[in-house]
Amino acid sequence: MLYRESGDFSETYKADSQTFPIKFDRYRYYAVLAFAFLVIPFIINDYWANAVLVPFLIYAIAAIGLNILTGYCGQVSLGTGGFMAVGAYACYKLMTAFPDVSIMIHVLISGGITAAVVTLFGLPSLRIKGFYLAVATLAAQFFLVWLFNRVAWFYNYSASGQINAPDRTVFGYLVTGPNTEAWAKYLICLIFLTFTGIAARNMTRGALGRKWSSIRDMDIAAEIIGVNPLSAKLSAFAISGFFIGISGALFFSVYLGAAEVGEAFGIQKSFLVLFMIIIGGLGSIFGSFAGAAFMVLLPVFLKNVLVGGLGWDTALAAHLEFVIVGALIIVFLIAEPHGLAQLWRVAKEKLRLWPFPH
Amino acid sequence: MFPDQFLFGVEVLLNGLMAGVLYALVALGFVLIFKASGIFNYAQGVMALFAALTLVGIMDGQVPFSHLINAIFGMDVHHFGWHVPAFAAILLAMMVMVGLAWIVQYFIFRHLVGQEPIILFMATIGLAYFMEGFGDMMWGSEIKKLDVGIPQGGSFWIEEATAFLGGSNFYGFFIDQLDIVAAVVAIILVVLLVAFAQYTKQGRAMRAVADDHQAALSVGISLSFIWVLVWSLAGFVALVAGIMWGAKSGVQFSLSLIALKALPVLMLGGFTSIPGAIVGGLIVGVGEKLFEFLIGAPFLGGATENWFAYMLALVFLVFRPQGLFGEKIIERV
Repeated sequence: MLYRESGDFSETYKADSQTFPIKFDRYRYYAVLAFAFLVIPFIINDYWANAVLVPFLIYAIAAIGLNILTGYCGQVSLGTGGFMAVGAYACYKLMTAFPDVSIMIHVLISGGITAAVVTLFGLPSLRIKGFYLAVATLAAQFFLVWLFNRVAWFYNYSASGQINAPDRTVFGYLVTGPNTEAWAKYLICLIFLTFTGIAARNMTRGALGRKWSSIRDMDIAAEIIGVNPLSAKLSAFAISGFFIGISGALFFSVYLGAAEVGEAFGIQKSFLVLFMIIIGGLGSIFGSFAGAAFMVLLPVFLKNVLVGGLGWDTALAAHLEFVIVGALIIVFLIAEPHGLAQLWRVAKEKLRLWPFPH
Repeated sequence: MFPDQFLFGVEVLLNGLMAGVLYALVALGFVLIFKASGIFNYAQGVMALFAALTLVGIMDGQVPFSHLINAIFGMDVHHFGWHVPAFAAILLAMMVMVGLAWIVQYFIFRHLVGQEPIILFMATIGLAYFMEGFGDMMWGSEIKKLDVGIPQGGSFWIEEATAFLGGSNFYGFFIDQLDIVAAVVAIILVVLLVAFAQYTKQGRAMRAVADDHQAALSVGISLSFIWVLVWSLAGFVALVAGIMWGAKSGVQFSLSLIALKALPVLMLGGFTSIPGAIVGGLIVGVGEKLFEFLIGAPFLGGATENWFAYMLALVFLVFRPQGLFGEKIIERV
């Protein structure tokens, strides 16, 4: 009843081509933003921030990044964990080398550094395709993890080989380090996610996004109709790398506080983010959010039900989680290759007609 | 008499060759499935792990899902109390792998026919996760010892026979007997597989399917049967690889990571070539050991084995995208 486009007249081209052309969608979007910025920071506590909200926000940034590369441009990457590590270590080096510069700028520069590294590893994509490329990105994953493990300069020669985030403030409020308040962690991630989401959404529906999609659908045909594969592919790698770098920097500095590269940014992380975009929806920004939320909530939910509710062993619950995640991936690929985003789209379609059948 | 450094280099080379054979063994399973169905089976390593877990479980008479049963019904069951001889256990484990092949075909890939290869690839990643959790739930996740009677430890015969090559502080080449057995088994396996593909009716049908699905269908070859057959064969190869690696380093989660080592092998050798898998395996095995010995350990801080194979494959692919023995890639709009 509410979800209608009737009576919603666009009088300018600008109004017609805005992100949310339907009024109800638009107000829902404003409401979500207002709720996220104005309500949650006041009611958040440490458990919710650390277990659910902060990882969700950070993974959503990573998922958007990977979705640009894999979902929009069709280049499967299994190196997300390694690329996040680049962001994390770049951020660490910057934070310790230039303590007076704002952490916000450090995070952005880390994104830029990651973009450069990812573009470098994206160069082979001009020659190799499909899963050859997927395996090639594994090279990045293993090489980068090894690099950060072995070259002591990256972790400032610390004895443990770990990197620890020093205390940094934004407008006088602590955002990194062990004494950070939950709301500050949450807000800084939310700010980055909001800008990432808006930027990604607008890029993917513009000329750049069209180029990426045409490369994904058939690269030779795209080349023939005048899309330059070099610039299209490498721009996807660079922009994806930028977002993944930001998420890696936040993951280390705001969320973890201390990180060891093999544990925090191993191959499992690459798969986790890949699963997020498969379950959420390949080629959809909303899907990145939905998938990140799903994959963050699932273990929390299972842990609460199985370990907390039924009193199972933690290891057994972890195994069951593997089984469920694996099965879900397969089920989604078979039944709904476009993921949660498509379910959402179908639901909206139905809502438009509801309560009438046709 | 040769200088010691050279002899150690040769020893590293020989051990690299042996390791390469084991990589090739895993890569073989990939090639089989890829040729016949176009599926790039990421789950091959987990299949090896699962096969080895099943084998150990059957041999020790473990109760499947005992942890789960204990957790749900509050019981305390662990073992049936019997021990199955290795040969019978291997047969039983093989039957489990055939059953698994059937399940995989009927519940997963039958529904994904005609999808893009990359979707199939991601489905096998899902399968790998599923089987990893399933195997651990079924048999428990602790490290297990697998002993099917393969001799282990250094081969004294080779050590003594080669000791004369070096000076007074050279004691001959150290080569694990297990590696020698693995190499022999791998060679037999390859010969058998090639013979099967060349001379039997099912093998020919398999090659026909690999060539062209539709043409194979039109001459009356059942695609679903061939796919179950191929997955069973891959399960068999996984079982052999699982036995070899399991006997070498215990049955544990890291076994599934050998699949990741097999990927660069495939990229080097080409996804569609059985000889390619062998040659690629040997190149990777020798290359990473020699690189670690000559450059990695002295200059780069060691543990370069983790990424060397990938980098080698990556550099190689830029110059020859289809691999050493792969079929030429022709693309049309």
